Amino acid sequence: MQGKISDPVRRADAIEKLTGKARYISDFEFETLLFARVLRSDRPRARILEISVPELPDGYYYIDARDIPEGGRNNIQMIKDDWPVFAEDEVRYCGETLALIVGPLKEKILEILSEIKVTYDDLEPAFTIEEGLACKGGAIVGDDNIFGRYHLVKGDPASAFKGAARIIEGTYRTGFQEHLYLEPQGMVGTWEEEKCTLYASVQCPFYIRKAVAGALGVPATEVRVKQTITGGAFGGKEHFPDVIAAPLAVAVNKIRKPIQLVFERIEDITYTSKRHPSRITIKTALDGENNIVGMDVDSVVNGGGYESSSLIVLQRAILHGIGVYNIPNVHIRGRAVATNTFPSDAFRGFGAPQGLFAIEVHMSQVARDIGLPPAEFKRKYFIKTGDITITNATMKDEVCLGEMFRKVDELSGYSKKVKAYDHDPLKGIGIAFVNHGGGFTGNGEQSIIKAVVEMERLEDGRAGLYVSTVEMGQGLQTVLRKIAARELGCDYRDIVYDNPDTDKVPDSGPTVASRSTMVVGSLVQQCAKELKGRWAEGVGTRTRKQYRHPEGLEWDQATLQGDAYPSYSWGVNVVEVALDPVTYEIETRHIWSVFDVGVPMDEKIMSGQVSGGVIQALGYAAIEKCEIENGRFRQHTMADYSIPTSMDFPETRNAFIENPYEFGPYGAKGAGEVVFDAAAPAYADAVGHLIGRKICEIPVMPEKVMEALRK
Amino acid sequence: MKKLDFILNGEQVTLAADPLKRLLDVLREDFNLTGIKEGCGEGECGACLVLLDGNLVNSCLIPVGVVEGHDVVTPEGLVETERGKCIVEAFADAGAVQCGFCTPGMVMAAASLLETSCNPTQEEIRKAISGNLCRCTGYDLIVEGIKEAMKRGKEVW
Repeated sequence: MQGKISDPVRRADAIEKLTGKARYISDFEFETLLFARVLRSDRPRARILEISVPELPDGYYYIDARDIPEGGRNNIQMIKDDWPVFAEDEVRYCGETLALIVGPLKEKILEILSEIKVTYDDLEPAFTIEEGLACKGGAIVGDDNIFGRYHLVKGDPASAFKGAARIIEGTYRTGFQEHLYLEPQGMVGTWEEEKCTLYASVQCPFYIRKAVAGALGVPATEVRVKQTITGGAFGGKEHFPDVIAAPLAVAVNKIRKPIQLVFERIEDITYTSKRHPSRITIKTALDGENNIVGMDVDSVVNGGGYESSSLIVLQRAILHGIGVYNIPNVHIRGRAVATNTFPSDAFRGFGAPQGLFAIEVHMSQVARDIGLPPAEFKRKYFIKTGDITITNATMKDEVCLGEMFRKVDELSGYSKKVKAYDHDPLKGIGIAFVNHGGGFTGNGEQSIIKAVVEMERLEDGRAGLYVSTVEMGQGLQTVLRKIAARELGCDYRDIVYDNPDTDKVPDSGPTVASRSTMVVGSLVQQCAKELKGRWAEGVGTRTRKQYRHPEGLEWDQATLQGDAYPSYSWGVNVVEVALDPVTYEIETRHIWSVFDVGVPMDEKIMSGQVSGGVIQALGYAAIEKCEIENGRFRQHTMADYSIPTSMDFPETRNAFIENPYEFGPYGAKGAGEVVFDAAAPAYADAVGHLIGRKICEIPVMPEKVMEALRK
Repeated sequence: MKKLDFILNGEQVTLAADPLKRLLDVLREDFNLTGIKEGCGEGECGACLVLLDGNLVNSCLIPVGVVEGHDVVTPEGLVETERGKCIVEAFADAGAVQCGFCTPGMVMAAASLLETSCNPTQEEIRKAISGNLCRCTGYDLIVEGIKEAMKRGKEVW
């Protein structure tokens, strides 16, 4: 009857988006809509002495911490609640929210903003990882500026280093990266049915509900969040929308009218969270035969002014800190440091890309130092099923890295080219292997998220699907429909799956961490299976399933020991580059990939994820420069913060291997992030190979290539 | 305020507007044509592309006074034509849509390309959409969508 689940179907949302009928947040009409703009700190670190606000015309409002109702808290309830809704006494970064100006005319609001005078007592700021670690200007948090630190130890690294014949060391740096979703941040808050209701372009409706309930001091059920079609997110609409929603809700609570807060692009680039910059130092201990006997990894990420999710990002960075390798003796230290930059937050990969960049580039450099081709050296250390992981559990995944390497080698001719280009001053080729843990770290899916999914038999042979995970471009509305329909034996178009409304759907968790298909999809499959069995009970029959962690997995969150993830997705990228010897520009000639995401739930959607993820990562590696100047992002428009255009990189050539995962729906594993992880280190390896120098930092700009070549 | 007459999606329209108001805002606010999006407001992203007398323009850079007496086509108008329908179907089947925010602009750019060249090369296709930023797809499947439209649309172009 049915073909394979991977067989592509037309996306459920394609036609309305193609015809311009899809409505995004700024396309909605509300009666008597007011507009809000944020009054922001223009100092990176200061005490606020006075805010002088002119007399406001009728119908205009100045909303600040004093408007938080009794019982509400001036802390945004995120993973950590240290980020204030409105700054009161101090500011820790440029752009921090001081107040909202609300009123009917945008021009008038801007005029009012320009008349407000804020007097500060400036303090000495710290911007870089080094300045943060040195507590420049005095500690911003605690007495050492460290939000949190972790240690992972496997085997006996101290003895391994003591007995080493040779130690090779490198320090690797990655920069800020802006999400640059095409639709800027935006939401509309209204007072509907005696509730603060938010229409929002977001990944995690229940995160916003929690943040707003905390600020207003009401039970979570007194807040309603309706997700609107979301024009890209990539992690940028994971926690950061809470920072907009909380002050907006305070304004709505006071004014009781619809208020729109939509960012313009410059505001969005200048005043939203970015990917955490990282500095990772790796030392590798070799014995007399050049075998790796130990590794020491020191990871630091720049968390910015408030902690938010930085420790969880850091966990992922260190849990992926030795990549796909089985190294006998390892010590990893991780620290998240406070600085006076805009707080860093979630971005596709969530720390893993930083950790994987460092280890992959380092492994290639160690290989070259000892005179071996990188892939040959790396393959010797591939982790295998049953090997001991960095968190001292056994690797339970079916690891297919060998097969994946053979496949990418066949597609790209890597092994031949890497030798041939050794003697070609204008060509280089690089390779990187990665894995990415699907779902929340450790037993987070069981202990924190506790996802619930419901389904219902509707009229006319259709079925309703109730989840809180959202479509943000990744194809979830099609994939979850396909999973449900296959189980029910109906057409995927007969599954009704509206954008989540927190009053109507159970909390199946946030749309993050490569969990939606693997974890939520599995619950969808279970719900659909039961619904099919009970179909005869008639219209209105409802099924409900809650997440249960696969048996046999152990985790201790306090020590970060045990099975770090329910499963891993795996990937390999090969990138081939050429040098323009006049301009020092690097041209990417070819890109190949092979991924193991279990079983792709739709080949076309998955292929879109791969192309999109790989190109986004090549932007990160090659062109997306984002610098801090006096506490502000120097690049703040689409003209100076460049993301890849259709002309910057060639087509990607991709393949999958099927490796069904027992606990995923139809064998699926996580897919949304692993596709980002390998391209940046593969690119850096390729440029390093090309110029015969070590590339330890991204983005690799032409001026860096020139400097390296002239040394 | 100035009285302006122009052709919008094939119909003669009249509007009283500040001639310096952006065409993007006029179309979205005064005509409720929200298919075009404001991605950047400075002509970098292409999400607000319309056809002005058959030429692609970023409507965020055009003061509405400029269109007096001219012909404007938005995505809503284009997708009602045979050519527009062909592109919509081809893009849908090629998997060229993800978050959708850049999509109407991509459809406009594709139509403009196929208008001038019914058999473009891969390089020409990539060049034709180089003024449209997309953060989701990496462009591969959009290029496929245009190739598919080219294949299917032999009669309409």
